[in-house]
Amino acid sequence: MTDLTELTIKEAARLLRLRSFSVSELVTAHVERIERLDRSVKAFLRFTPELWEKQAEEADRRILRGDLGPLVGIPMAIKDVLCVRGVETTAGSQILRGFKPPYTGTAVSRLFEAGAVMLGVMNCDEFAMGSSTENSGYHPTHNPWDLERVPGGSSGGSAAAVSAGEAMIALGTDTGGSIRQPAALCGVVGMKPTYGRVSRYGLIAFASSLDQIGPFARSVEDAAIVLEAMAGRDPLDATSSDRPNDVLRDFDAGVKGMRLGVPREYYEVDGIEPGVKAAVDKAVKALRDAGAEIVDVALPHTDYGLAAYYIIAPAECSSNLARFDGVRYGMSTEDAQNITEAYTRTRRKGFGTEVRRRVMLGTYALSSGYYDAYYLKAQKVRTLIKRDFDTAFEKCDAIISATSPTVAFPIGAKTQDPLSMYLCDVLTLGGNLAGLPGISVPCGFSNDLPVGLQVLAPQWREDTALRVARAYEVASGVKAEVAPLA
Amino acid sequence: MLARLGLEPGDEEFYAEQLSGILAHIDRLQQLDTDSIPPTAQVVEVANTLREDVPRPGLSQAEALANAPAAVDGFFRVPSIQEEA
Repeated sequence: MTDLTELTIKEAARLLRLRSFSVSELVTAHVERIERLDRSVKAFLRFTPELWEKQAEEADRRILRGDLGPLVGIPMAIKDVLCVRGVETTAGSQILRGFKPPYTGTAVSRLFEAGAVMLGVMNCDEFAMGSSTENSGYHPTHNPWDLERVPGGSSGGSAAAVSAGEAMIALGTDTGGSIRQPAALCGVVGMKPTYGRVSRYGLIAFASSLDQIGPFARSVEDAAIVLEAMAGRDPLDATSSDRPNDVLRDFDAGVKGMRLGVPREYYEVDGIEPGVKAAVDKAVKALRDAGAEIVDVALPHTDYGLAAYYIIAPAECSSNLARFDGVRYGMSTEDAQNITEAYTRTRRKGFGTEVRRRVMLGTYALSSGYYDAYYLKAQKVRTLIKRDFDTAFEKCDAIISATSPTVAFPIGAKTQDPLSMYLCDVLTLGGNLAGLPGISVPCGFSNDLPVGLQVLAPQWREDTALRVARAYEVASGVKAEVAPLA
Repeated sequence: MLARLGLEPGDEEFYAEQLSGILAHIDRLQQLDTDSIPPTAQVVEVANTLREDVPRPGLSQAEALANAPAAVDGFFRVPSIQEEA
């Protein structure tokens, strides 16, 4: 008997049409696995039985009617920053405890319309700020490959659920690496689209010029199917693009004749582990053997990316998080004598350490007298970083590197040293600053822990990133596997 | 004060030490000459995207107030915003 919790979308869609099992049976198999495993993985914050029952019944009816949509009946998990009408959504923060959005965001709506079935709300770092999911205002999530280690973050619950076979697909958000890095650490596929490819309507904002919603899956094709279903212009997000939704163009065309750039700065980045380097070198060789031309490219401002990011992202977050004041939604404190005290007490009680740190940093960087030295300077360096990529892409079709310099680290290892945590994203945040699409695919193991290969492509060339990732998956035979949990 | 975070005794030292480390890293930006470089606020080429100004239903009063910690007579209820005269 096929294990229903290890299928890809394509396999599940085929078997559902053959009536090998119903959507309700597929969903039940996932719910049973969650009941068995999530006590130790702790990927979920909340379950949504009222939704999965209704959506599974509807999906079964659609299949009986001959609906061939690939996502009909596919069990899905949603990061706790994406609003779903009537479902408690808290951005991993106590300050939003009890908040039930009055509407559903566009990306999730489109997947619901495509027939996906929502299983629950996934843990994440508070307001998506972090690289380990330890900054969750609720509890940490554990890496399914080693429960003593972090799943990465901020979308750690989404990555862990797909890795543990608790969900077939999941949604995350990526502001500096928050999809790609946990995908790498959990051994699944995760993709951040071009800024503007997917509407951010209904996403609780962290840093609005960097945030993008994207998929987690156990194959490149599944990630592409989910992305295609979410992508496209939305009148409710002015930054969403009306570019053609061509992300699956030339998907299976292979890499023969393509030029793939290897930036020295990314291969020699401080703290890169030898085991990660070895796995990525092997992946580069597999792509060369598959017919790609490997070319050296330069990203000379790499050393300044983290610094620019840690001004721009906190500055935007300090502004975005001003709305959490205990008046219109979320937590509030009793007995304040005046409005200022009410704001202060609510935010004192509701925000965790990392959020407070970033609000302080952002408020400081934007304050008069420091604006030019910090915020304006960072925006100029952002231009230099974007130009680095523009120049590199004149010499290559896509850039390949490690996604994360390290494999999953032990829970607690970096919580006392914020800068060491920030360095987890040193290879991913350039893609956000430049607005590029990027994907992480599993490329083997180091010390029995998954390693991710990152493919970055020029803006709007998700098709290229997906094509290279797919070609790697085919050429190497390395596939995302469900972690071997008991 | 500016961000209404409600710092308590001991917080300042805790954050000051960490933020100093982060700011020391950030200071490397000053090594770059950016006088002739324009700033980037927005990375993709969309500008002034407007949609048709067509009225559409918004939230009802009840929906808008449903998540409020305190509401009264159709308003959000907050503590006093002015000192007594």
